[in-house]
Amino acid sequence: MHEPFVKKSILPGFSLSLGFTIFYLSLIVLIPLSMLFLKTSSLSFKGFIDVIMDPRTLAAYRLSFGTAFVSAGINAVFGFIVAWVLVRYTFPGKRIVDALVDFPLALPTAVAGIALTELYTPTGWVGQYLNVWGIKGAFSPFGITIALTFIGLPFVVRTIQPVLEDLDPQIEEAAASLGANRWQTLTTVILPIIFPALLAGVTLALARAIGEYGSVIFIAGNMPMKTEIAPLLIMTKLEQYDYAGATAIAIGMLLISFLLLAMANFFQWKTSKNLGKA
Amino acid sequence: MNKQSITSFLMPFIIGLAFITSAAAENKVTLLNVSYDPTRELYQAFNQSFAQNWLKLTGTVVEVNQSHGGSGKQARAVIDGLEADVVTLALAYDIDSIANLTNLIPKTWQKRLPNASAPYTSTIVFLVRKGNPRNIKDWDDLVKPGVSVIMPNPKTSGGARWNYLAAWGYALKKWNNDENKAKDFVAALYKNVPVLDSGARGSTTTFVERKIGDVLIAWENEAYLVANQTGKGEFEIVMPSLSILAEPSVTLVDGDADRHGTRKVAQAYLEYLYSAEGQEIAAKNYYRPRMESVMAKYASQFQKVELFTIDDVFNGWKAAQAKHFADKGIFDQIFQVK
Amino acid sequence: MSARTEPKIIQYFLIFIALAFFGLFIVLPLVCVFHNALAKGWGIYFKTLQDRDAIAAMKMTVVTALIAVPLNLIFGVVASWAIAKFDFKGKNFLLTLIDLPLSVSPVIAGLIFILLFGAQGLLGPWLIAHNIRIIFAMPAVILVTIFVTFPIVARELIPIMKSQGNEEEEAAMTLGASGWKTFWLVSVPNIRWGILYGIILCNARAMGEFGAVSVVSGHIRGLTNTLPLHVEILYNEYQSTAAFAAASILALLAIFTLIAKSIVEVAVRRGI
Repeated sequence: MHEPFVKKSILPGFSLSLGFTIFYLSLIVLIPLSMLFLKTSSLSFKGFIDVIMDPRTLAAYRLSFGTAFVSAGINAVFGFIVAWVLVRYTFPGKRIVDALVDFPLALPTAVAGIALTELYTPTGWVGQYLNVWGIKGAFSPFGITIALTFIGLPFVVRTIQPVLEDLDPQIEEAAASLGANRWQTLTTVILPIIFPALLAGVTLALARAIGEYGSVIFIAGNMPMKTEIAPLLIMTKLEQYDYAGATAIAIGMLLISFLLLAMANFFQWKTSKNLGKA
Repeated sequence: MNKQSITSFLMPFIIGLAFITSAAAENKVTLLNVSYDPTRELYQAFNQSFAQNWLKLTGTVVEVNQSHGGSGKQARAVIDGLEADVVTLALAYDIDSIANLTNLIPKTWQKRLPNASAPYTSTIVFLVRKGNPRNIKDWDDLVKPGVSVIMPNPKTSGGARWNYLAAWGYALKKWNNDENKAKDFVAALYKNVPVLDSGARGSTTTFVERKIGDVLIAWENEAYLVANQTGKGEFEIVMPSLSILAEPSVTLVDGDADRHGTRKVAQAYLEYLYSAEGQEIAAKNYYRPRMESVMAKYASQFQKVELFTIDDVFNGWKAAQAKHFADKGIFDQIFQVK
Repeated sequence: MSARTEPKIIQYFLIFIALAFFGLFIVLPLVCVFHNALAKGWGIYFKTLQDRDAIAAMKMTVVTALIAVPLNLIFGVVASWAIAKFDFKGKNFLLTLIDLPLSVSPVIAGLIFILLFGAQGLLGPWLIAHNIRIIFAMPAVILVTIFVTFPIVARELIPIMKSQGNEEEEAAMTLGASGWKTFWLVSVPNIRWGILYGIILCNARAMGEFGAVSVVSGHIRGLTNTLPLHVEILYNEYQSTAAFAAASILALLAIFTLIAKSIVEVAVRRGI
């Protein structure tokens, strides 16, 4: 059976609103982004692979994606705890904490980068204690992870929070009356319900972290093969007037980010389905 | 999608944007000087002096806007359309790039002004912490295990390229032009570097404000600025036995200046750099002046050191760039072998 | 103990962990900014903020936000109407495309506009021939800001509109209201808090963007510097106190944003 493109509705303005959406999307996002592909097409396929598979590029990808994954993992655990505490418990200053969760979104990344670097250098407020333990704060993958954790936290908390708030109390009560303890209720009842939201939040944090530049550049250390993130490598290529090489690396990052986002949207869609129209 | 259709699609948008930008014309001349990182203080003083002089001479007010950043980044900005009337960059290679990739500057630009279009020179020195606790005297002390060296990334910083070449030149001399030995020496040097900032200023900040590293390899002018002003009393300058003669170049960006109708004042601006006043300002900001009378006056400020030029040892910038800093060049190789 | 709470001891433990994590990652950087900004006292603090270039940078930042935010707001409302009120094929794909700028590295965001408008770019020669300046000037800064903040309002509005369903609008239509009237009198009031929330977040990001703006701005003091870029310049001129003072303005802005946001949230909860 052939399905129509759009389901019939008595509401007006579908073609107008969709048309405008696609127009504006093309103008601001798609046409500029297509420049990446246009520019890279000046490379042969082999040339493209050479850039992407260069050991230095691979090292930068590994670092960018690796630190992004670790920070997303940290945020998954602690972001969940923060969201849980904010939804379920009362404590003094809770409203302030709740409001400040969005702080990393609102703070300019350069400011975040400078502040975090100040904190985590060997003479900084936190760095000096790390130094005693022999841990290098700033200018190491550890420092990059810290900056990315800072950037990603609000994404995780803000996607889990509404789901936790909407959680039907009867589910937990039912579990308890069936003899489950809190831990069992958490792992077998609550976690499965919020899992898609958690995953969606983590994916968003991840996608943001992979491309992050402003806050990382100050704290990274920028050593080739060791602490050089992929966006910096793009900058480096640009400075050598190698536009094709820069766009090739950019496309590699873009494709992976796009996949991650598509996954996030899929999970979010699944969450809204799970919650259902109660 | 072809070029035509994209252009026509974007047209209304572009025209709208153009309205926003068409600022009201003002009754003064403005110049844009696109420069590299450590010249901020130099041109702040120089612009003021030039403006006064120009007002006296012609009765017109001239305002010089400044843009600073890593030398390579700045050259790229000009290539991509940053409309500079003059560029004052860290090395001739960056200006060559503008000349090669655009038709804004004639390829013979270096012949237009005296001293190969470099009105002042500098060199590469070491800045150490007070009392020189690591006892650093020369290049050899930098590759000792445990010494932490701060310098910027030669891929993005012009100053860092001078650093690298100075080290290479020293090693070549020490081992009678054995390139393999030189490569090992430079590799050992970079092994001692914990952080490669993207610009000379970034490295200075790392060393001075964050207190990381035992020694900073820097422009002479940058080192003196720190030792005598920003970090007075906390640092000492160590002059190595051999260093490189760094010649930061300047030139008129003909294409942009003609479009702005500023060729005359831009030309005068550059020539003023060679005048006695301009040379004094350079010397006061720790750049080595070309004019002998000014050099004599400030002689006590500049330590004597044996200098080699990039043409002597590396056959000029083009060859040096291709061999050392291009992709898969020697600098890349140093980092890729473990 | 009810079925929905944990023992007090576990509660305290979790609160402690959450607050410790929060303090380390959010509060400490905030304190650090203000500590450094006020390192030389209030006098210097206010003096730096009255500097000519600082004021120019603030103006630039405000103008950028004033243009970027309304444009994205219009887009957000229209897009969420299309996406939330109708069912069509490829909706998830469209959603992902709208989200794309969130995950594009700011560096890439700047780069693509240079490839498009730069002197060596696609439209560059034409622009130069017609003496239109986009790159390394205000328009490019505004464009990348629009790009970077593109999805924020739409992301806020789509779930809200979706959760409200189509019943109210359908009722209004059946009663004979025109499409526009339904939109303005039924739909917009229903999402007004979402709109406000979206504006607040979009504005914060628009004023704070660094990476992308840095690529296309040209860094001309007093002309094309936004406040975040001004922070970097000051920092590079060894004026770290001044840099942090300018940064603290941005941090204050972030805090005001958050206060405004909580007020909106309270209003929503009370169901005004």
